[in-house]
Amino acid sequence: MSPTSRSTGDLSGDTTAIQVPTVRSWAQLLSALSAGCLFGFGLAFSTMIRPAVVLGFLRGQDFGLMLVLGGAVLVTFIGYRIVPRLLHKPIIGGAFAEHSAVMDRDTLAGAAIFGLGWGISGVCPGPAIAGLGAGSWELGYAVAGIAMGALLQGLTAPRKA
Amino acid sequence: MSNLAGMFPFGWTHYLIGGLCIGVGVSLLFALTGLIGGMSSVYTTSWSYVTRHAFFQQVKLVASREWRLAYAGGLIAGAAAWWMLFGGGERVSVSFHPAQLFIGGLLVGYGARLSRGCTSGHGICGLASLQKPSLAAVLTFMTTAVVAANLVLRFGGR
Repeated sequence: MSPTSRSTGDLSGDTTAIQVPTVRSWAQLLSALSAGCLFGFGLAFSTMIRPAVVLGFLRGQDFGLMLVLGGAVLVTFIGYRIVPRLLHKPIIGGAFAEHSAVMDRDTLAGAAIFGLGWGISGVCPGPAIAGLGAGSWELGYAVAGIAMGALLQGLTAPRKA
Repeated sequence: MSNLAGMFPFGWTHYLIGGLCIGVGVSLLFALTGLIGGMSSVYTTSWSYVTRHAFFQQVKLVASREWRLAYAGGLIAGAAAWWMLFGGGERVSVSFHPAQLFIGGLLVGYGARLSRGCTSGHGICGLASLQKPSLAAVLTFMTTAVVAANLVLRFGGR
């Protein structure tokens, strides 16, 4: 489940606490930033940062969202398969995470609730953030709502034994 | 051809190009770092900077909060780059009522975190790694979203 960033050849020499590998962290942040840039550019280019376009899809007026999702899934499907064959480990080090989604009642109940909110507002987590970069400050209301929703979910989550 | 125009009244190339670009971004993150990057987690991990509540101080959340924030920062920068290159000097304005955005957002945030994924986590990363729970989640949220979007229209919303 956890995308482990276990430090193997870490130069810090600190073996006490569970740690984020400090040597790699700048490379990691820069990597995430550049990957996010492409992601955000794609969201803006495909007009997914416009809630009206998303609602147009959900109301059967424009099927563009299927092309966005389909295109993204296709490339990622190929990427997730090819990259580990070409590289022994990620370029900045560490290990490739395994994606393992859990199936339980929360998966479906959460998805149902998520869908309701998505259908009401036309906004989902990524585009809400990306849209801010294109000057859609109104999406700040959505970002605030999503953040409050995430807070509520954490505060009401049952304690693990 | 007219059929195609009916399905895509605003054209279809920008959708496909944008989608491919998103896929390259997610794949690049994986190639560089080995990380699987959905977008809803950042809304949970960032709370770990603010609250000491045990849930938000879980190791896996604290350990990923920095790169997730950088990833989110990249989203803003990428969209800003699009704005500068293709925006035509106009900002993208959203004409929805603030309450519609906030209340929708509340449900989006709560639901996505309960489900452990959203349109990118389940929709892109999950489907791309052939996760059955993600497929179930996608079918579920597509269904409730279609219902909600049409109800909003029915009751006079935008």
